[in-house]
Amino acid sequence: MAEYSALALLKNALTGNRDWKPAWRKPEPKPEYDVVVVGGGGHGLATAYYLAREHGITNVAVVEKGWLGSGNVGRNTTIVRSNYMLPANVRFYEHSMKLWENLSHELNYNVMFSQRGILNLAHTPSQADDFIRRGNAMLHDGADAVWLTPAEIAKKVPGLDVSAKARFPIVGGLLQPRAGTARHDAVAWGYARGADRLGVDILENCEVTGFLREGERVTGVATARGEIRAKKVAIAVAGSTGRVMKLAGIDRLPIESHVLQAFVSESLKPVIDTVVTFGAGHLYVSQSDKGGLVFGGDIDGYNSYAQRGNLPVVEEVMSEMASLFPGLAPVRLLRSWGGIMDMSMDGSPIITTGPLPGMFLNSGWCYGGFKATPASGWCFAWTIAKDAPHPLNAAFTLDRFHRGAVIDEKGQGATPRLH
Amino acid sequence: MLIPCPYCGPRDVSEFTYQGDANRPRPDPLSTDRQAWDGYVYDRLNTAGDHREYWQHSGGCRAHLVVVRSTLTHAIVSAGFARDEAAAKPKKTRRKAGAKP
Repeated sequence: MAEYSALALLKNALTGNRDWKPAWRKPEPKPEYDVVVVGGGGHGLATAYYLAREHGITNVAVVEKGWLGSGNVGRNTTIVRSNYMLPANVRFYEHSMKLWENLSHELNYNVMFSQRGILNLAHTPSQADDFIRRGNAMLHDGADAVWLTPAEIAKKVPGLDVSAKARFPIVGGLLQPRAGTARHDAVAWGYARGADRLGVDILENCEVTGFLREGERVTGVATARGEIRAKKVAIAVAGSTGRVMKLAGIDRLPIESHVLQAFVSESLKPVIDTVVTFGAGHLYVSQSDKGGLVFGGDIDGYNSYAQRGNLPVVEEVMSEMASLFPGLAPVRLLRSWGGIMDMSMDGSPIITTGPLPGMFLNSGWCYGGFKATPASGWCFAWTIAKDAPHPLNAAFTLDRFHRGAVIDEKGQGATPRLH
Repeated sequence: MLIPCPYCGPRDVSEFTYQGDANRPRPDPLSTDRQAWDGYVYDRLNTAGDHREYWQHSGGCRAHLVVVRSTLTHAIVSAGFARDEAAAKPKKTRRKAGAKP
């Protein structure tokens, strides 16, 4: 019987909820594992889960410097989508979408995946052409997309001003109906529990302080809880990639770390039942199940490892919010936070073998890491287990920049702050 | 965040435009060393700590600056004119137009 079920809820309710088991164990580190995954965020935990479930590699440890969910997996705006245009991207993110659609069932853990749709607003005819082209590319690669007229948008999102008098008139919008949101903490906890039940050791408060080496080869990690040897070491540390890879002697990578702020308003009655993005600036907003509006905009735009941002971006995001939904201008902000993004040089991720023997690298998520969590873990686990990429992540190599094979969705060139 | 522009004094960060990492020496324009150009375009030190970077005071005197700023705390360590640094560098020998390589 599944551990979490209506029957289990009832039984535990009648016995005072005394018999629930912890979602994951707190084991002591073993001296050696087949695979050590550095980083206990969504991607690291998903990697460990799929290593155990898909490839039968259960002698695995996930080492996390803080507690589970303390990094970017708890600092995003929870949006899940696969509305990309370049084939490598749309196929990868569509694989992620399919994993999301079955995730609560597979993990027996409610990740509250809600396919409320994402609507990208277009404000000029050329932007409309561009979005329709993207929609066609998505349909071509197996994702879903629908073009909406202003009248249809007005019906779907009643708070929007779709009149021609608006400061940024809306000429249409690209809707991906299967996109949506998920409860980000639950994704971390669900994967952690799933991996733990398959035998993975999750080691919290276990910061990596160095790498064990035999010549060029990486043979383990030195941590705050002692040395741990491993046949394979996999790195999935999001915005800390630069810092962790320096410990391995790799001092230059095609990555810059930047801060992205996000915001939550006070709770409101339901006003937006989809995800809306503002095409004239950069804003994305949805309403959480608790009622708060969850929204964000651009990164601050300069290198940062501080998990907090500065005021100009706050002002910019608030003004865009008020421009798009004038009726929501009096709503008060409840809290804001910053997460550190490893912005890659072409805006696309890196899931690869290397760069050193015995090492595997998962990074460069820019600010799109959350929606990729399942496919990132799935592809990274495949890459680690087979010492070679799956066709879905074969394009996401580290050397693509030097081979001239960049995957530049936005066409911004090697300027990470613009991706 | 206030940036102390050496010409205008301390001004809000919103007056400035970030122009990126100043730790990357640009290869000689005539160089055909592919590795050097690859490194210049794509690879970054991504420093956690004091970081040398270019900013332009685009909403003020328009001067290009070299700013040293902590990426851990946002504290500004120093700010100077980029032109002063460029002038201090040893001059590269330049080939004359039309000269054979």
